[in-house]
Amino acid sequence: MAQPRPLGVIPLGDSAAYVEFSEKLDLEVNSVVQRLGLAILKRKVPWVRDVVPALGGLALHFDPDHPEFPAKPLEGALALVLESLKAALAAKDNPGSEVVLPVCYEPEFALDLAEVAKKAGLPPQEVTHLHLSGEYRVLMMGFAPGHAYMGGLDEKLAVPRRASPRAIVPAGSVAIANEQTVVYPYAISGGWNVIGRTPMVLFDARRQRPSLLWPGDRVRFRAISRAQFVEMAAGQ
Amino acid sequence: MSIRVLRPGLLTTVQDHGRHGYQRVGLCPGGAMDPVALSLANALVGNPPEEAALEITVIGPELVFEQDTLVAVCGAEFQGGFPHNRPVLAKAGTRFNVGRAARGARAYIAVAGGFAVDPVLGSRSTFLPGQFGGFEGRALKHGDLLPLRDEKAVERFSVLKKTRDGTVKWSAPPLTLPDREPILVHVIEGQHFASFDSNSQRAFFDTVWRIAPDSNRMGFRLSGPPLGRPQADEILSGPTCLGSVQVPPSGVPIALMADHQTTGGYPRIAEIASADVARLAQLAPGGKVHFAKCSLEIATELRRDARERLQSAIRAISWEYGVKTK
Repeated sequence: MAQPRPLGVIPLGDSAAYVEFSEKLDLEVNSVVQRLGLAILKRKVPWVRDVVPALGGLALHFDPDHPEFPAKPLEGALALVLESLKAALAAKDNPGSEVVLPVCYEPEFALDLAEVAKKAGLPPQEVTHLHLSGEYRVLMMGFAPGHAYMGGLDEKLAVPRRASPRAIVPAGSVAIANEQTVVYPYAISGGWNVIGRTPMVLFDARRQRPSLLWPGDRVRFRAISRAQFVEMAAGQ
Repeated sequence: MSIRVLRPGLLTTVQDHGRHGYQRVGLCPGGAMDPVALSLANALVGNPPEEAALEITVIGPELVFEQDTLVAVCGAEFQGGFPHNRPVLAKAGTRFNVGRAARGARAYIAVAGGFAVDPVLGSRSTFLPGQFGGFEGRALKHGDLLPLRDEKAVERFSVLKKTRDGTVKWSAPPLTLPDREPILVHVIEGQHFASFDSNSQRAFFDTVWRIAPDSNRMGFRLSGPPLGRPQADEILSGPTCLGSVQVPPSGVPIALMADHQTTGGYPRIAEIASADVARLAQLAPGGKVHFAKCSLEIATELRRDARERLQSAIRAISWEYGVKTK
């Protein structure tokens, strides 16, 4: 693969910028973006408050009142990215953690399993099996705190989102759409197809590490029974 | 040391300048919708600008001070006959009955010493969607007892020079309040501006937009002509920012405010100059705004100017506190 280079720096107002690497989702580019995000964070640049790796590039959120904030922020952002890119490309594979998420795929939690099976032309057990055997990577976090967009879903499961979103998707719902899977951290409205539920709390602001998942993390799912779900949920 | 809530008002929350460093896990900084007014309210009671205060919205609360409290209200003008933009020593048992906003939408009630609520992820701001931060992660309700930090309010107030009726004769300038509507808000073109049809591009700048009723701390929906793109292709979801103006398929633009989502899949037609976000936050539903295009350089200049004006106002207030402490 050719060495990824930024396509451009797009201002997000006067206090942030988006450094774009790709207009389409490309898993290899995203992997570089993840490593780049960590390389920039490591430099602890005092005028950068937040580094947000996204599907096709990353956002830098500035502290524009910091005395070292560059007079030309877009040039400053690009320079920072180019300087960090070398270190990012030298970094091996994915620097994120490995996370195994327990999921109960029992019918009472798999609200859309029948629908997904029908659309995919597969028996329901096969849908669950394919989801379980996948290896996923956090491509971007957003929509809600702790909500990760994970790539790596088997293309046989790539069904579109529900025609009409649910007003409330229960917290912990594990859902799929297109070629991604997500876990809803809160009870919130959403349109992805729910095929199971985890008893884990995805985001808790009172924890030292508030989010269970972080950008670049590698994620696998492990099937648990309803009894295990209840037990684990009680222990949270 | 506490304040009792008799009536919570429409939406009263504890807010400071927000929590930074968690946007990569999907948590926006949040914090005060009008951080300028918050900073001024804090300065007025001798607090550092980043202290937490009560953000009150459109309909104010009724509060009782259980002990002598040095307090200041800054931001929108609310009915109720108490002084805005200056420090006031509220005696124990004083009822603070705040009415409706007469001009602007949000004000900050700061108390000397601040509120004794624990910071969560480095901030005392209430994040309503996640139900954490501030006072029990929620808006205030009837019967709440808000703990205050022990602060010698009477002593702090005593250093200020007062007129014969015991009040100070100066006040802080209302830096973010609209003096007329529509207010003018500067924007730079968003990443997807060019993908909108030319009528929509023109309409965005030629329309007096109204803040729709279903607007909140997450975003302001703008009522006006629907905006469209000739090729309604899906764009790759990407990061958003405070002040991003995104246009979902309905064509109704949404300006992202303090509690916004950190990523979005809708095209962004504009990005609001950061200096003007606090001014926009002072519009209530029904309020009117129009947009003017500016360059990134102008937006940066506006930010510097707004910051200098805030700093000089804070300096002037600190000076009032400093003179007699010598």
